[in-house]
Amino acid sequence: MATRSGRRLGKRAAPYLLSLPSWVYLAVFFVIPLGSMLTLSLAVGNPLVGYTLTGHVAEFKHAIDLYHTQFLRSFYFGALSTLATLVITYPVAYWIAFYGGKHKATYLFLILLPFFVTFVIRTLAWQFILADQGVVLGHLKDWGLLSQRAYILSTRWAVIGGLVYNSLAYYVLPLYVALEKIDRRVVRAASDLYASPSTTFWRVILPLSAPGIFAGFLLVFVTSVGDFVNAEILGGPGSYMIGNVIQQDFFVNQNYPMAAALSSILMFLLMVAIYLYARAFGTESIQEYAA
Amino acid sequence: MSETMAARASGVRPRRSRRSMARRLLAVYTGVVMVYTLVPIAVMIAFSFNRAPSGRVTMKWLGFTADWYAHAFSNADLTGALMHSLEVAFGAMIISVIVGTPLALALARYRYRAKTVTDVIIFADIAAPAVVVGASLLSFFLTLNLPRGLLTILIAHVAFDIAFVVVVIRARVSGLDRALDRAAADLGATPWVAFWKVTFPLILPGIVGAGLLAFALSIDDLIITSFVAGQTLTFPLWVYGAVKTGIPPQVFVLSTLIFVGGVVLAVVNSVMAHRSPGGT
Repeated sequence: MATRSGRRLGKRAAPYLLSLPSWVYLAVFFVIPLGSMLTLSLAVGNPLVGYTLTGHVAEFKHAIDLYHTQFLRSFYFGALSTLATLVITYPVAYWIAFYGGKHKATYLFLILLPFFVTFVIRTLAWQFILADQGVVLGHLKDWGLLSQRAYILSTRWAVIGGLVYNSLAYYVLPLYVALEKIDRRVVRAASDLYASPSTTFWRVILPLSAPGIFAGFLLVFVTSVGDFVNAEILGGPGSYMIGNVIQQDFFVNQNYPMAAALSSILMFLLMVAIYLYARAFGTESIQEYAA
Repeated sequence: MSETMAARASGVRPRRSRRSMARRLLAVYTGVVMVYTLVPIAVMIAFSFNRAPSGRVTMKWLGFTADWYAHAFSNADLTGALMHSLEVAFGAMIISVIVGTPLALALARYRYRAKTVTDVIIFADIAAPAVVVGASLLSFFLTLNLPRGLLTILIAHVAFDIAFVVVVIRARVSGLDRALDRAAADLGATPWVAFWKVTFPLILPGIVGAGLLAFALSIDDLIITSFVAGQTLTFPLWVYGAVKTGIPPQVFVLSTLIFVGGVVLAVVNSVMAHRSPGGT
Protein backbone atom coordinates (compact mmCIF):
# COMPACT_ATOMS: atom_id res chain seq x y z
CA MET A 1 0.00 0.00 0.00
CA ALA A 2 2.66 2.43 1.06
CA THR A 3 4.77 1.75 -2.00
CA ARG A 4 1.79 2.01 -4.30
CA SER A 5 0.76 5.40 -2.94
CA GLY A 6 4.43 6.39 -3.07
CA ARG A 7 4.56 5.42 -6.71
CA ARG A 8 1.35 7.31 -7.44
CA LEU A 9 2.82 10.37 -5.78
CA GLY A 10 5.94 9.92 -7.87
CA LYS A 11 3.83 9.67 -10.98
CA ARG A 12 2.01 12.87 -10.15
CA ALA A 13 5.24 14.69 -9.39
CA ALA A 14 6.97 13.39 -12.52
CA PRO A 15 5.82 16.06 -15.02
CA TYR A 16 6.74 18.82 -12.58
CA LEU A 17 10.17 17.36 -11.93
CA LEU A 18 10.78 16.92 -15.65
CA SER A 19 9.70 20.49 -16.34
CA LEU A 20 11.67 22.06 -13.52
CA PRO A 21 15.06 22.61 -15.25
CA SER A 22 13.47 24.37 -18.25
CA TRP A 23 11.11 26.35 -16.05
CA VAL A 24 13.96 27.66 -13.94
CA TYR A 25 16.09 28.47 -16.97
CA LEU A 26 13.32 30.25 -18.89
CA ALA A 27 12.15 32.09 -15.78
CA VAL A 28 15.62 33.41 -14.99
CA PHE A 29 16.86 34.08 -18.53
CA PHE A 30 13.69 34.88 -20.46
CA VAL A 31 10.83 36.07 -18.23
CA ILE A 32 12.76 38.00 -15.56
CA PRO A 33 14.89 39.82 -18.18
CA LEU A 34 11.68 41.10 -19.80
CA GLY A 35 10.87 42.50 -16.35
CA SER A 36 14.30 44.11 -16.01
CA MET A 37 13.82 45.70 -19.42
CA LEU A 38 10.56 47.27 -18.24
CA THR A 39 12.19 48.38 -14.99
CA LEU A 40 15.13 49.90 -16.81
CA SER A 41 12.79 51.82 -19.09
CA LEU A 42 11.25 53.43 -16.02
CA ALA A 43 14.61 54.42 -14.54
CA VAL A 44 16.53 57.66 -14.82
CA GLY A 45 20.29 57.94 -14.96
CA ASN A 46 23.34 57.08 -16.99
CA PRO A 47 26.06 54.43 -16.87
CA LEU A 48 28.39 56.67 -14.80
CA VAL A 49 26.15 57.66 -11.92
CA GLY A 50 23.93 54.59 -12.00
CA TYR A 51 20.17 54.36 -12.21
CA THR A 52 17.36 55.19 -9.91
CA LEU A 53 13.93 53.79 -10.46
CA THR A 54 11.53 56.70 -10.65
CA GLY A 55 8.51 54.97 -12.04
CA HIS A 56 7.75 57.89 -14.31
CA VAL A 57 6.61 57.00 -17.78
CA ALA A 58 7.88 60.14 -19.49
CA GLU A 59 10.46 58.05 -21.33
CA PHE A 60 7.70 56.24 -23.20
CA LYS A 61 6.04 59.39 -24.47
CA HIS A 62 9.43 60.81 -25.36
CA ALA A 63 10.33 57.57 -27.18
CA ILE A 64 7.18 57.65 -29.28
CA ASP A 65 7.56 61.35 -30.07
CA LEU A 66 11.12 60.85 -31.27
CA TYR A 67 10.89 57.57 -33.08
CA HIS A 68 7.34 56.96 -34.30
CA THR A 69 8.68 57.20 -37.89
CA GLN A 70 10.98 54.23 -37.31
CA PHE A 71 8.21 52.28 -35.61
CA LEU A 72 5.83 52.84 -38.51
CA ARG A 73 8.59 52.07 -41.00
CA SER A 74 9.41 48.79 -39.22
CA PHE A 75 5.83 47.62 -39.37
CA TYR A 76 5.45 48.80 -42.95
CA PHE A 77 8.66 47.09 -44.12
CA GLY A 78 7.76 44.01 -42.10
CA ALA A 79 4.25 43.70 -43.53
CA LEU A 80 5.30 44.42 -47.10
CA SER A 81 8.26 42.04 -47.09
CA THR A 82 6.26 39.26 -45.41
CA LEU A 83 3.49 39.60 -47.97
CA ALA A 84 6.03 39.55 -50.81
CA THR A 85 7.69 36.49 -49.30
CA LEU A 86 4.34 34.70 -49.10
CA VAL A 87 3.53 35.49 -52.74
CA ILE A 88 6.98 34.35 -53.90
CA THR A 89 7.18 31.15 -51.83
CA TYR A 90 3.62 29.81 -52.03
CA PRO A 91 3.90 28.53 -55.63
CA VAL A 92 7.28 27.00 -54.80
CA ALA A 93 5.94 25.16 -51.75
CA TYR A 94 2.88 24.14 -53.79
CA TRP A 95 4.94 22.73 -56.63
CA ILE A 96 7.26 20.81 -54.30
CA ALA A 97 4.37 19.40 -52.24
CA PHE A 98 2.18 18.37 -55.19
CA TYR A 99 4.59 17.70 -58.04
CA GLY A 100 7.90 17.12 -56.27
CA GLY A 101 7.51 13.35 -56.68
CA LYS A 102 10.41 11.30 -55.43
CA HIS A 103 12.73 14.29 -55.17
CA LYS A 104 10.77 16.43 -52.70
CA ALA A 105 13.54 16.23 -50.10
CA THR A 106 16.14 17.30 -52.64
CA TYR A 107 14.11 20.35 -53.73
CA LEU A 108 13.55 21.38 -50.12
CA PHE A 109 17.25 20.95 -49.48
CA LEU A 110 18.04 23.26 -52.42
CA ILE A 111 15.70 25.91 -51.01
CA LEU A 112 17.36 25.55 -47.59
CA LEU A 113 20.92 25.79 -48.93
CA PRO A 114 21.29 29.46 -47.92
CA PHE A 115 21.06 28.33 -44.29
CA PHE A 116 24.57 26.96 -44.66
CA VAL A 117 25.84 30.51 -45.06
CA THR A 118 25.52 32.79 -42.09
CA PHE A 119 22.83 35.50 -42.24
CA VAL A 120 25.30 38.46 -42.23
CA ILE A 121 27.26 37.08 -45.15
CA ARG A 122 24.14 36.44 -47.24
CA THR A 123 23.15 40.05 -46.64
CA LEU A 124 26.67 41.23 -47.34
CA ALA A 125 26.60 39.33 -50.65
CA TRP A 126 23.49 41.32 -51.61
CA GLN A 127 25.41 44.49 -50.86
CA PHE A 128 28.02 43.31 -53.37
CA ILE A 129 25.36 42.41 -55.93
CA LEU A 130 23.43 45.67 -55.62
CA ALA A 131 26.39 48.03 -55.19
CA ASP A 132 26.46 51.16 -57.39
CA GLN A 133 29.43 49.82 -59.35
CA GLY A 134 28.79 46.16 -58.48
CA VAL A 135 28.10 43.07 -60.54
CA VAL A 136 24.67 44.12 -61.80
CA LEU A 137 24.45 47.91 -61.82
CA GLY A 138 28.08 48.31 -62.86
CA HIS A 139 27.56 46.29 -66.05
CA LEU A 140 24.22 47.87 -66.88
CA LYS A 141 25.86 51.28 -66.54
CA ASP A 142 28.85 50.26 -68.68
CA TRP A 143 26.47 49.10 -71.40
CA GLY A 144 24.63 52.39 -71.18
CA LEU A 145 21.36 50.77 -70.13
CA LEU A 146 21.24 52.69 -66.89
CA SER A 147 22.13 56.22 -65.98
CA GLN A 148 25.46 56.52 -64.19
CA ARG A 149 23.67 57.96 -61.21
CA ALA A 150 21.24 55.08 -60.75
CA TYR A 151 21.42 53.26 -57.44
CA ILE A 152 19.52 50.68 -55.41
CA LEU A 153 21.57 50.41 -52.23
CA SER A 154 20.47 52.60 -49.34
CA THR A 155 16.94 52.78 -50.69
CA ARG A 156 14.00 51.20 -48.91
CA TRP A 157 13.67 48.69 -51.75
CA ALA A 158 17.12 47.29 -51.04
CA VAL A 159 16.15 46.81 -47.39
CA ILE A 160 12.80 45.19 -48.24
CA GLY A 161 14.52 43.00 -50.83
CA GLY A 162 17.03 41.85 -48.23
CA LEU A 163 14.25 41.09 -45.75
CA VAL A 164 12.40 39.06 -48.39
CA TYR A 165 15.48 37.10 -49.35
CA ASN A 166 16.33 36.26 -45.74
CA SER A 167 12.74 35.14 -45.05
CA LEU A 168 12.24 32.84 -48.05
CA ALA A 169 13.34 29.59 -46.46
CA TYR A 170 11.47 30.39 -43.22
CA TYR A 171 8.22 30.69 -45.17
CA VAL A 172 8.68 27.77 -47.57
CA LEU A 173 8.88 25.27 -44.71
CA PRO A 174 5.55 25.92 -42.93
CA LEU A 175 3.78 26.29 -46.30
CA TYR A 176 5.24 23.01 -47.51
CA VAL A 177 4.26 21.19 -44.31
CA ALA A 178 0.68 22.48 -44.58
CA LEU A 179 0.33 21.65 -48.29
CA GLU A 180 1.91 18.25 -47.87
CA LYS A 181 -0.65 17.37 -45.18
CA ILE A 182 -3.63 17.97 -47.47
CA ASP A 183 -5.41 14.73 -48.20
CA ARG A 184 -5.12 14.17 -51.96
CA ARG A 185 -8.49 12.44 -52.00
CA VAL A 186 -10.15 15.73 -51.04
CA VAL A 187 -8.50 17.42 -54.01
CA ARG A 188 -9.58 14.59 -56.31
CA ALA A 189 -13.11 14.75 -54.90
CA ALA A 190 -13.28 18.44 -55.84
CA SER A 191 -12.40 17.73 -59.45
CA ASP A 192 -14.74 14.73 -59.54
CA LEU A 193 -17.48 17.16 -58.55
CA TYR A 194 -16.57 19.25 -61.61
CA ALA A 195 -14.68 21.99 -59.81
CA SER A 196 -12.31 23.69 -62.22
CA PRO A 197 -8.61 23.63 -61.24
CA SER A 198 -8.80 27.26 -60.15
CA THR A 199 -11.95 26.65 -58.08
CA THR A 200 -10.25 23.64 -56.50
CA PHE A 201 -7.31 25.80 -55.62
CA TRP A 202 -9.20 28.78 -54.19
CA ARG A 203 -11.92 26.84 -52.38
CA VAL A 204 -10.11 23.67 -51.27
CA ILE A 205 -6.33 23.86 -51.32
CA LEU A 206 -5.85 27.46 -50.19
CA PRO A 207 -8.19 27.20 -47.15
CA LEU A 208 -6.61 23.90 -46.13
CA SER A 209 -3.13 25.41 -46.25
CA ALA A 210 -4.21 28.38 -44.11
CA PRO A 211 -2.47 27.16 -40.92
CA GLY A 212 0.87 27.21 -42.76
CA ILE A 213 0.17 30.64 -44.21
CA PHE A 214 -0.68 32.07 -40.79
CA ALA A 215 2.15 30.40 -38.87
CA GLY A 216 4.71 31.45 -41.46
CA PHE A 217 3.32 34.97 -41.64
CA LEU A 218 3.65 35.43 -37.90
CA LEU A 219 7.22 34.12 -37.69
CA VAL A 220 8.48 35.99 -40.74
CA PHE A 221 6.68 39.20 -39.82
CA VAL A 222 8.04 39.30 -36.26
CA THR A 223 11.58 38.52 -37.44
CA SER A 224 11.43 41.21 -40.12
CA VAL A 225 9.94 43.93 -37.91
CA GLY A 226 12.69 43.41 -35.35
CA ASP A 227 15.54 43.24 -37.85
CA PHE A 228 18.25 45.90 -38.06
CA VAL A 229 20.93 44.10 -40.07
CA ASN A 230 19.33 44.54 -43.50
CA ALA A 231 18.65 48.23 -42.82
CA GLU A 232 22.27 48.69 -41.71
CA ILE A 233 24.01 46.79 -44.53
CA LEU A 234 21.64 47.42 -47.46
CA GLY A 235 19.99 50.64 -46.35
CA GLY A 236 21.18 53.66 -44.44
CA PRO A 237 20.02 56.19 -41.86
CA GLY A 238 17.12 57.08 -44.18
CA SER A 239 15.76 53.55 -43.99
CA TYR A 240 16.61 52.73 -40.37
CA MET A 241 14.13 50.56 -38.55
CA ILE A 242 13.31 50.51 -34.85
CA GLY A 243 15.96 47.81 -34.27
CA ASN A 244 18.66 50.19 -35.49
CA VAL A 245 17.48 52.87 -33.06
CA ILE A 246 17.43 50.43 -30.13
CA GLN A 247 20.96 49.26 -31.02
CA GLN A 248 22.25 52.82 -31.27
CA ASP A 249 20.63 53.91 -28.03
CA PHE A 250 22.24 51.04 -26.18
CA PHE A 251 25.70 51.14 -27.71
CA VAL A 252 26.30 54.57 -29.26
CA ASN A 253 24.28 56.95 -27.10
CA GLN A 254 24.30 54.68 -24.02
CA ASN A 255 20.81 55.92 -23.27
CA TYR A 256 19.72 52.67 -21.67
CA PRO A 257 16.31 53.81 -20.37
CA MET A 258 15.37 55.07 -23.83
CA ALA A 259 16.55 51.84 -25.51
CA ALA A 260 14.67 49.76 -22.96
CA ALA A 261 11.55 51.88 -23.42
CA LEU A 262 11.69 51.44 -27.19
CA SER A 263 12.07 47.68 -26.98
CA SER A 264 9.29 47.51 -24.39
CA ILE A 265 6.99 49.37 -26.77
CA LEU A 266 8.01 47.06 -29.61
CA MET A 267 7.36 44.04 -27.42
CA PHE A 268 3.99 45.42 -26.37
CA LEU A 269 2.88 46.12 -29.95
CA LEU A 270 3.96 42.70 -31.15
CA MET A 271 2.43 40.99 -28.12
CA VAL A 272 -0.93 42.53 -28.93
CA ALA A 273 -0.57 41.40 -32.53
CA ILE A 274 0.54 37.89 -31.54
CA TYR A 275 -2.21 37.60 -28.93
CA LEU A 276 -4.90 38.39 -31.47
CA TYR A 277 -3.21 36.02 -33.88
CA ALA A 278 -2.91 33.15 -31.40
CA ARG A 279 -6.53 33.59 -30.36
CA ALA A 280 -7.64 33.32 -33.95
CA PHE A 281 -5.45 30.40 -34.99
CA GLY A 282 -4.27 28.68 -31.79
CA THR A 283 -0.70 28.50 -30.51
CA GLU A 284 -0.42 24.75 -31.04
CA SER A 285 -0.60 24.98 -34.80
CA ILE A 286 1.84 27.87 -34.90
CA GLN A 287 4.31 25.98 -32.71
CA GLU A 288 3.92 22.89 -34.78
CA TYR A 289 4.80 24.77 -37.94
CA ALA A 290 7.56 26.74 -36.29
CA ALA A 291 9.73 23.66 -36.08
CA MET B 1 -11.50 31.20 -82.72
CA SER B 2 -13.18 28.35 -84.50
CA GLU B 3 -10.26 26.11 -83.66
CA THR B 4 -10.72 26.53 -79.94
CA MET B 5 -14.43 25.97 -80.30
CA ALA B 6 -13.84 22.78 -82.20
CA ALA B 7 -11.38 21.64 -79.58
CA ARG B 8 -13.85 22.46 -76.86
CA ALA B 9 -16.50 20.45 -78.62
CA SER B 10 -14.22 17.47 -79.06
CA GLY B 11 -13.66 17.04 -75.32
CA VAL B 12 -11.39 17.91 -72.41
CA ARG B 13 -8.13 18.05 -74.31
CA PRO B 14 -7.44 21.80 -74.25
CA ARG B 15 -8.10 21.99 -70.56
CA ARG B 16 -5.70 19.17 -69.87
CA SER B 17 -2.97 20.69 -72.00
CA ARG B 18 -3.56 24.04 -70.38
CA ARG B 19 -3.17 22.35 -67.03
CA SER B 20 0.10 20.73 -68.00
CA MET B 21 1.25 24.11 -69.31
CA ALA B 22 0.48 25.59 -65.89
CA ARG B 23 2.39 22.78 -64.26
CA ARG B 24 5.38 23.37 -66.46
CA LEU B 25 5.27 27.10 -65.77
CA LEU B 26 5.15 26.38 -62.07
CA ALA B 27 8.17 24.10 -62.37
CA VAL B 28 10.10 26.78 -64.26
CA TYR B 29 9.11 29.38 -61.68
CA THR B 30 10.30 27.12 -58.85
CA GLY B 31 13.61 26.72 -60.67
CA VAL B 32 13.93 30.49 -60.99
CA VAL B 33 13.32 30.99 -57.26
CA MET B 34 15.90 28.31 -56.47
CA VAL B 35 18.47 30.09 -58.63
CA TYR B 36 17.56 33.35 -56.91
CA THR B 37 18.21 31.82 -53.47
CA LEU B 38 21.59 30.62 -54.69
CA VAL B 39 22.78 33.92 -56.23
CA PRO B 40 24.30 35.38 -53.04
CA ILE B 41 26.04 32.08 -52.35
CA ALA B 42 27.55 32.09 -55.83
CA VAL B 43 28.69 35.68 -55.26
CA MET B 44 30.28 34.71 -51.94
CA ILE B 45 32.16 31.81 -53.54
CA ALA B 46 33.22 33.92 -56.53
CA PHE B 47 34.55 36.74 -54.38
CA SER B 48 36.55 34.29 -52.27
CA PHE B 49 38.61 33.82 -55.46
CA ASN B 50 38.90 37.53 -56.27
CA ARG B 51 42.30 39.20 -56.24
CA ALA B 52 42.51 41.72 -53.44
CA PRO B 53 45.87 43.53 -53.42
CA SER B 54 44.80 45.77 -50.53
CA GLY B 55 43.83 42.83 -48.32
CA ARG B 56 40.20 43.93 -48.53
CA VAL B 57 37.62 42.55 -50.93
CA THR B 58 36.66 45.07 -53.60
CA MET B 59 33.31 45.07 -55.32
CA LYS B 60 35.07 45.04 -58.71
CA TRP B 61 36.35 41.78 -60.13
CA LEU B 62 40.15 42.07 -60.25
CA GLY B 63 41.06 38.56 -61.45
CA PHE B 64 41.08 34.98 -60.27
CA THR B 65 43.31 33.76 -57.48
CA ALA B 66 43.14 30.81 -55.08
CA ASP B 67 45.80 32.37 -52.82
CA TRP B 68 43.35 33.30 -50.09
CA TYR B 69 42.60 29.65 -49.48
CA ALA B 70 46.27 29.16 -48.51
CA HIS B 71 45.83 31.97 -45.99
CA ALA B 72 42.35 31.01 -44.82
CA PHE B 73 43.26 31.20 -41.14
CA SER B 74 45.84 33.99 -41.28
CA ASN B 75 43.49 36.63 -39.92
CA ALA B 76 43.90 35.75 -36.24
CA ASP B 77 41.00 37.92 -35.00
CA LEU B 78 38.59 36.38 -37.49
CA THR B 79 39.73 32.83 -36.71
CA GLY B 80 39.38 33.61 -33.01
CA ALA B 81 35.84 34.86 -33.57
CA LEU B 82 35.02 31.68 -35.48
CA MET B 83 36.35 29.61 -32.56
CA HIS B 84 34.10 31.58 -30.18
CA SER B 85 31.13 30.83 -32.42
CA LEU B 86 31.92 27.12 -32.45
CA GLU B 87 32.46 26.97 -28.67
CA VAL B 88 29.19 28.76 -27.95
CA ALA B 89 27.25 26.69 -30.50
CA PHE B 90 28.53 23.38 -29.05
CA GLY B 91 27.87 24.51 -25.50
CA ALA B 92 24.40 25.85 -26.28
CA MET B 93 23.51 22.68 -28.21
CA ILE B 94 24.45 20.38 -25.33
CA ILE B 95 22.94 22.45 -22.53
CA SER B 96 19.68 23.19 -24.34
CA VAL B 97 19.18 19.50 -25.19
CA ILE B 98 19.87 18.42 -21.59
CA VAL B 99 17.54 21.06 -20.13
CA GLY B 100 14.87 20.89 -22.83
CA THR B 101 14.41 17.15 -23.39
CA PRO B 102 12.75 16.44 -19.99
CA LEU B 103 10.27 19.27 -20.56
CA ALA B 104 9.45 17.92 -24.02
CA LEU B 105 8.74 14.51 -22.45
CA ALA B 106 6.53 16.04 -19.77
CA LEU B 107 4.54 18.11 -22.28
CA ALA B 108 4.05 15.17 -24.64
CA ARG B 109 3.10 12.55 -22.05
CA TYR B 110 1.42 14.18 -19.07
CA ARG B 111 -1.57 16.37 -18.43
CA TYR B 112 -0.65 18.72 -15.63
CA ARG B 113 -1.55 22.10 -14.29
CA ALA B 114 1.19 24.33 -15.56
CA LYS B 115 1.02 22.95 -19.09
CA THR B 116 -0.84 25.88 -20.63
CA VAL B 117 1.46 28.47 -19.07
CA THR B 118 4.48 26.48 -20.24
CA ASP B 119 3.07 26.33 -23.76
CA VAL B 120 2.57 30.07 -23.79
CA ILE B 121 6.13 30.73 -22.58
CA ILE B 122 7.67 28.34 -25.11
CA PHE B 123 5.60 29.98 -27.82
CA ALA B 124 6.61 33.47 -26.64
CA ASP B 125 10.28 32.44 -26.63
CA ILE B 126 10.00 31.38 -30.28
CA ALA B 127 7.84 34.28 -31.39
CA ALA B 128 9.63 37.08 -29.49
CA PRO B 129 11.63 39.29 -31.85
CA ALA B 130 15.39 38.94 -31.45
CA VAL B 131 15.82 42.64 -30.66
CA VAL B 132 13.50 42.35 -27.66
CA VAL B 133 15.16 39.16 -26.39
CA GLY B 134 18.59 40.77 -26.79
CA ALA B 135 17.56 44.08 -25.21
CA SER B 136 15.88 42.36 -22.26
CA LEU B 137 18.88 40.12 -21.56
CA LEU B 138 21.19 43.12 -21.77
CA SER B 139 18.94 45.03 -19.35
CA PHE B 140 19.07 42.02 -17.03
CA PHE B 141 22.87 41.74 -17.20
CA LEU B 142 23.24 45.50 -16.72
CA THR B 143 21.01 45.37 -13.67
CA LEU B 144 23.06 42.51 -12.22
CA ASN B 145 26.30 44.21 -13.22
CA LEU B 146 27.34 40.97 -14.90
CA PRO B 147 30.24 41.60 -17.31
CA ARG B 148 29.34 40.65 -20.89
CA GLY B 149 31.40 38.02 -22.65
CA LEU B 150 31.43 34.40 -23.76
CA LEU B 151 29.37 33.31 -20.73
CA THR B 152 26.55 35.80 -21.35
CA ILE B 153 26.50 34.82 -25.05
CA LEU B 154 26.16 31.16 -24.04
CA ILE B 155 23.37 31.98 -21.56
CA ALA B 156 21.47 33.92 -24.23
CA HIS B 157 21.86 31.22 -26.87
CA VAL B 158 20.60 28.48 -24.54
CA ALA B 159 17.61 30.72 -23.70
CA PHE B 160 16.42 30.83 -27.32
CA ASP B 161 17.56 27.31 -28.26
CA ILE B 162 15.54 25.60 -25.49
CA ALA B 163 12.16 26.48 -26.99
CA PHE B 164 13.07 25.01 -30.39
CA VAL B 165 14.54 21.90 -28.78
CA VAL B 166 11.34 21.37 -26.80
CA VAL B 167 9.10 21.75 -29.87
CA VAL B 168 11.15 19.36 -32.03
CA ILE B 169 11.54 16.61 -29.40
CA ARG B 170 7.94 16.94 -28.26
CA ALA B 171 6.74 16.27 -31.81
CA ARG B 172 8.88 13.14 -31.90
CA VAL B 173 7.63 11.88 -28.51
CA SER B 174 4.00 12.54 -29.45
CA GLY B 175 4.42 10.37 -32.51
CA LEU B 176 5.51 7.37 -30.45
CA ASP B 177 3.28 4.43 -29.68
CA ARG B 178 2.62 4.38 -25.92
CA ALA B 179 1.96 0.64 -26.15
CA LEU B 180 5.72 0.12 -26.36
CA ASP B 181 6.21 1.60 -22.90
CA ARG B 182 3.31 -0.38 -21.51
CA ALA B 183 4.79 -3.53 -23.00
CA ALA B 184 8.08 -2.77 -21.30
CA ALA B 185 6.28 -2.23 -17.98
CA ASP B 186 4.31 -5.46 -18.43
CA LEU B 187 7.56 -7.28 -18.95
CA GLY B 188 8.72 -6.02 -15.57
CA ALA B 189 10.85 -3.03 -16.54
CA THR B 190 10.98 -0.17 -14.07
CA PRO B 191 10.08 3.24 -15.54
CA TRP B 192 13.78 4.14 -15.45
CA VAL B 193 14.83 1.04 -17.40
CA ALA B 194 11.87 1.38 -19.77
CA PHE B 195 12.92 4.94 -20.52
CA TRP B 196 16.54 4.15 -21.33
CA LYS B 197 15.89 0.87 -23.14
CA VAL B 198 12.72 1.75 -25.05
CA THR B 199 11.82 5.45 -25.15
CA PHE B 200 15.27 6.98 -25.38
CA PRO B 201 16.46 5.01 -28.44
CA LEU B 202 13.18 5.88 -30.19
CA ILE B 203 13.41 9.62 -29.53
CA LEU B 204 17.16 9.78 -30.19
CA PRO B 205 16.68 10.93 -33.82
CA GLY B 206 14.51 13.76 -32.51
CA ILE B 207 17.17 14.69 -29.97
CA VAL B 208 19.88 14.70 -32.63
CA GLY B 209 17.70 16.82 -34.93
CA ALA B 210 16.91 19.24 -32.12
CA GLY B 211 20.59 19.48 -31.23
CA LEU B 212 21.58 20.22 -34.82
CA LEU B 213 18.87 22.87 -35.07
CA ALA B 214 20.10 24.45 -31.81
CA PHE B 215 23.67 24.42 -33.15
CA ALA B 216 22.62 26.02 -36.44
CA LEU B 217 20.49 28.71 -34.74
CA SER B 218 23.30 29.51 -32.36
CA ILE B 219 26.10 29.76 -34.91
CA ASP B 220 23.94 31.93 -37.19
CA ASP B 221 22.70 34.36 -34.55
CA LEU B 222 23.78 37.95 -34.83
CA ILE B 223 21.03 40.12 -33.38
CA ILE B 224 20.72 38.66 -29.88
CA THR B 225 24.47 38.11 -29.65
CA SER B 226 25.15 41.74 -30.57
CA PHE B 227 23.40 42.84 -27.37
CA VAL B 228 25.07 40.49 -24.90
CA ALA B 229 28.57 40.03 -26.36
CA GLY B 230 30.43 42.96 -24.79
CA GLN B 231 33.89 43.03 -26.34
CA THR B 232 33.82 39.34 -27.28
CA LEU B 233 33.22 38.74 -30.97
CA THR B 234 31.60 35.78 -32.67
CA PHE B 235 32.02 35.10 -36.39
CA PRO B 236 28.82 36.92 -37.49
CA LEU B 237 29.57 39.85 -35.16
CA TRP B 238 33.10 40.17 -36.49
CA VAL B 239 31.84 40.25 -40.08
CA TYR B 240 29.12 42.74 -39.17
CA GLY B 241 31.73 45.02 -37.62
CA ALA B 242 33.99 44.69 -40.68
CA VAL B 243 31.27 45.82 -43.11
CA LYS B 244 32.19 49.45 -42.48
CA THR B 245 35.97 49.05 -42.44
CA GLY B 246 36.33 46.57 -45.29
CA ILE B 247 35.93 42.83 -45.60
CA PRO B 248 39.12 40.74 -45.69
CA PRO B 249 38.90 37.90 -48.26
CA GLN B 250 39.18 35.35 -45.43
CA VAL B 251 35.56 36.11 -44.53
CA PHE B 252 34.38 34.72 -47.86
CA VAL B 253 36.96 31.93 -47.83
CA LEU B 254 35.96 30.67 -44.37
CA SER B 255 32.23 30.89 -45.05
CA THR B 256 32.73 29.09 -48.37
CA LEU B 257 34.58 26.32 -46.52
CA ILE B 258 31.82 26.13 -43.89
CA PHE B 259 29.19 26.05 -46.64
CA VAL B 260 30.90 23.25 -48.56
CA GLY B 261 31.58 21.29 -45.37
CA GLY B 262 28.01 21.65 -44.18
CA VAL B 263 26.52 20.62 -47.51
CA VAL B 264 28.81 17.59 -47.79
CA LEU B 265 27.89 16.49 -44.25
CA ALA B 266 24.17 16.92 -44.93
CA VAL B 267 24.33 14.97 -48.19
CA VAL B 268 26.38 12.14 -46.66
CA ASN B 269 23.96 12.03 -43.73
CA SER B 270 20.86 11.79 -45.92
CA VAL B 271 22.46 9.15 -48.18
CA MET B 272 23.31 7.07 -45.10
CA ALA B 273 19.82 7.54 -43.67
CA HIS B 274 18.30 6.38 -46.97
CA ARG B 275 20.47 3.30 -47.09
CA SER B 276 20.07 2.00 -43.55
CA PRO B 277 16.34 1.09 -43.53
CA GLY B 278 16.69 -0.98 -46.71
CA GLY B 279 19.31 -3.07 -44.97
CA THR B 280 20.79 -4.35 -48.21
